[in-house]
Amino acid sequence: MDGNFLVSRRMIDGFDVSSSDSDEAHVLAVDDSLVDRKVIERLLKISSFKVTAVDSGRRALQFLGLDEEKSASVGFDGLKVDLIITDYCMPGMTGYELLKKIKESSTFREIPVVIMSSENVLARIDRCLEEGAEDFIVKPVKLSDVKRLKDYMMREDGVGSENRGGINKRKLQDCCDLSSSEPSNSSSPSSSSSESPSRSPPSSSSPPSIPTPLDSPIRRLKMTTTDLID
Amino acid sequence: MDAMSQLRRQLHEHTAYLRKEGFLDDQFEQLQKLQDENSPDFVVEVVSIFFEDSEKLLNNMARALEQKIVDFKQVDAHVHQFKGSSASIGAMRVKNVCIEFRNYCEAQNVEELFGCRCFRCIQKLQYEYALLKNQLEYLFRVEQQIRAAGG
Repeated sequence: MDGNFLVSRRMIDGFDVSSSDSDEAHVLAVDDSLVDRKVIERLLKISSFKVTAVDSGRRALQFLGLDEEKSASVGFDGLKVDLIITDYCMPGMTGYELLKKIKESSTFREIPVVIMSSENVLARIDRCLEEGAEDFIVKPVKLSDVKRLKDYMMREDGVGSENRGGINKRKLQDCCDLSSSEPSNSSSPSSSSSESPSRSPPSSSSPPSIPTPLDSPIRRLKMTTTDLID
Repeated sequence: MDAMSQLRRQLHEHTAYLRKEGFLDDQFEQLQKLQDENSPDFVVEVVSIFFEDSEKLLNNMARALEQKIVDFKQVDAHVHQFKGSSASIGAMRVKNVCIEFRNYCEAQNVEELFGCRCFRCIQKLQYEYALLKNQLEYLFRVEQQIRAAGG
């Protein structure tokens, strides 16, 4: 269990919540790896998010009050979650299963969910996006990945509903992030294993529209030369 | 050249060396960017967690491989975790051995030879990890000296 508590935090019912400016969006981060939790927490804080980090899907559901067996005894109305970012591969409940549970909930289905994974398996990415994930980030997570999260934010000022159009606009403007190629297609020149997003022209030249489930969602596949089997 | 400049140069050169030799990749630099006045020991903190985590995983792997009947799925699960955490801190060489190791774990049911390779892999992994730990601890010592000297 994560025993890594800073003095400035407060503990609510066993959940470690960073307290700061209430104008900041609140992100619930889910990852079973202590190292990754520490990193994602810092990435989020430095990007001006409030963070709650938990180590399992189960704990995430408990935090939201969705766990049938055990709900947090303190109401979390004051700590509305604006985005959930979760690791895919976790023991017990995977990130995908967590995503499904959230999208099945009438209370929480509007919260954007972002999946992180060390493996860029296209089938996995597709599955997550089809289930309603906003984005799929290939680990290791960088600052630029986290800065983009602001685009998916659910805020009471209605930014959430504007996001739909906003995402599509960005899709057309930022063609570098569009990718529809297989992971195996990419080969970067011999250098250190720095990743580069695969680049391909936008698959559609139609004018901006509200994305439907059939529209190809945003994907960011980071290619590394060292990943042989994934 | 005064002591402080010498220390700084040592730090710079050693970091460059670690990058050049592939011990560390860009992700380590990402972590350094996350360190500031609000979180002045961030890199050391993450790496300390990584060391603790790694030693546990290596022990688990070793124990799994010592079983009469090896559960390679279990070994692979530990290696997968190690691969993830080493990637997260930018430990490239360690990460690459993990990838190789996983390939053998996955292939061992196809050919026994690959199962044997797993045993070699864990040794390689322990070696690379020990090397990295040494290097990083040296790096942190130099940083400490700089801070102590008022840098």
